[in-house]
Amino acid sequence: MALTRDQVRAIALLARVRVPDEGLEPMAKEISGILHWIEQLNEVDTEGVEPMTSVVAMTLPMRPDAVDDGGDPAAVLKGAPEPVDGFYAVPKVVE
Amino acid sequence: MGAWRIQGESGEWEAVIGLEVHAQVISASKLFSGASAVFGAEPNTQVSLVDAGFPGMLPVLNEYCVEQAVRTGLGLKAKINLTSVFERKNYFYADLPAGYQISQYKYPLVGEGTVILDMPDGSTRPIGIERLHVEQDAGKSLHDQDPKRTFIDLNRSGVALMEIVSRPDLRTPEEAGIYLRKLRSILRYLGTCDGNMEEGSMRCDVNVSVRKPGEPLRTRAEIKNVNSVRFVMQAIEHEARRQVRAYEEGGKVVQETRLYDSHKGETRPMRAKEFAHDYRYFPDPDLLPLRLSPEYVDVIAATLPELPDEKKDRFMRDYGLSPYDAGVLVVERETADYFERAARGGEGVGRGGRDAKQVANWVISTLFGLLNAKGLPVTRSPVSADHLGKLVDLIADGTISGRIAKDVFEIMGETGRDPADIVAAKGLQQITDTGAIEAAVNQVIAANPDKAAEVRAGKVALLGWFTGQVMKATGGKANPAAVNAILKKKLSG
Repeated sequence: MALTRDQVRAIALLARVRVPDEGLEPMAKEISGILHWIEQLNEVDTEGVEPMTSVVAMTLPMRPDAVDDGGDPAAVLKGAPEPVDGFYAVPKVVE
Repeated sequence: MGAWRIQGESGEWEAVIGLEVHAQVISASKLFSGASAVFGAEPNTQVSLVDAGFPGMLPVLNEYCVEQAVRTGLGLKAKINLTSVFERKNYFYADLPAGYQISQYKYPLVGEGTVILDMPDGSTRPIGIERLHVEQDAGKSLHDQDPKRTFIDLNRSGVALMEIVSRPDLRTPEEAGIYLRKLRSILRYLGTCDGNMEEGSMRCDVNVSVRKPGEPLRTRAEIKNVNSVRFVMQAIEHEARRQVRAYEEGGKVVQETRLYDSHKGETRPMRAKEFAHDYRYFPDPDLLPLRLSPEYVDVIAATLPELPDEKKDRFMRDYGLSPYDAGVLVVERETADYFERAARGGEGVGRGGRDAKQVANWVISTLFGLLNAKGLPVTRSPVSADHLGKLVDLIADGTISGRIAKDVFEIMGETGRDPADIVAAKGLQQITDTGAIEAAVNQVIAANPDKAAEVRAGKVALLGWFTGQVMKATGGKANPAAVNAILKKKLSG
């Protein structure tokens, strides 16, 4: 599978990664190479094999419904550049 | 309800509607963290580092939220999938700090189910549920606090939601409204969501397309985040008409996300390109598949309460109510309980065996009016169920007439007193003594000789007027049947 320049541009936008126009072509080539390499896995017959979701044999751990966290807005906002009245403040998002 | 048809220049069109409801799960803490899920706290005071998307924080599933979702699935008569998978839905927005929402996609917790609509004419109509999945809510953005900045509160971030997706089985705005109300009623019975649309604990996305009757489906538009039943109905109406106009003007409808503007009464496309549907779902590597045992599901099934549909059937069967009356009474569990207590006479109160239809009439036409006027829920009704039952008894055994009963009820609404006490204190007992009634009749006839002559001459319609006068003269306390009988006797021939 080979990626086009436009596909790379779209992926970069979704990933919020800035790629200059002249970088699109080389990156398309690079990613296509990786995809191509991974495509070798298609040669393995996986008919009837359950997808592996974990390397350890365990079930999903759960917690009881108890409030034992939160209540510390200062800790939550510690890394925020300019909090206002307990809110995070970010550049205006339209709609 | 007849089919809703939009009359276009090229003929009739019908709308095809599907709803996606986001219902906030009733739980103490969030879906994947131990922060409180209660609404209305100071900003960012109910946020764990998991909810704030801090690096390295791991989500741990709240077992009660799973139980609530399974309970909801069972209430929707749906298939519970014993294996389901949490996936990441990726998009970029300021109130989604992790950059993805943990949701379910390919393998939802709950599969196909049904919601039965109770139509105004007493008929029912099944609407298919396609799926229910569990996911996290995002934070809240406040755009109107500052000209240059958006403020973010993450208290809601990570709160558990159930997304309940209907099949495109709805055809009219009214059906969509009935569906939403019924779904809300079921969720409240189950205790899994409070259904409060104003506080946002139930939100709705609406999918609408139009077609000529009999055609296959055409392209749909999605109207996001409509926050009341009324607005959902209005949005459908406007959007369906917009699409008909678009087709008839030679244009087309594109698959897009729109917003409903209730002030302008129109839908318009959302501008934000970020919402381009490319969510790149993939299984969340932080969470293993959720596996449940059939026994686990059975235990929850055994604890389900009687739901509106079953209660409605029972009310029709046991109390002889009409489908409409039964449907109205079961919408809220508290109302249904009130009715049953009043109809049965409660524990150790009254004689039981009351005319349940009478009780239903009083609840629906009189009690609801009182509660509406006072803005009270049925649980705080000034007229208790036992007292309403007693009032019906007083009519049934002839102590008071139906007319006087209305007055007594009014006093009960103001004072909360026992109807028997009110009747005794005010001397409102019905006059069944024929002698007293006859005296009143004689007086009225004597005072109106002309009209009496007219009746004797054959103008029978005037009899009603005489009945009214006699009732008035006795302060409404005369037994109307006795009054009529005596009048007829005196005025015939």
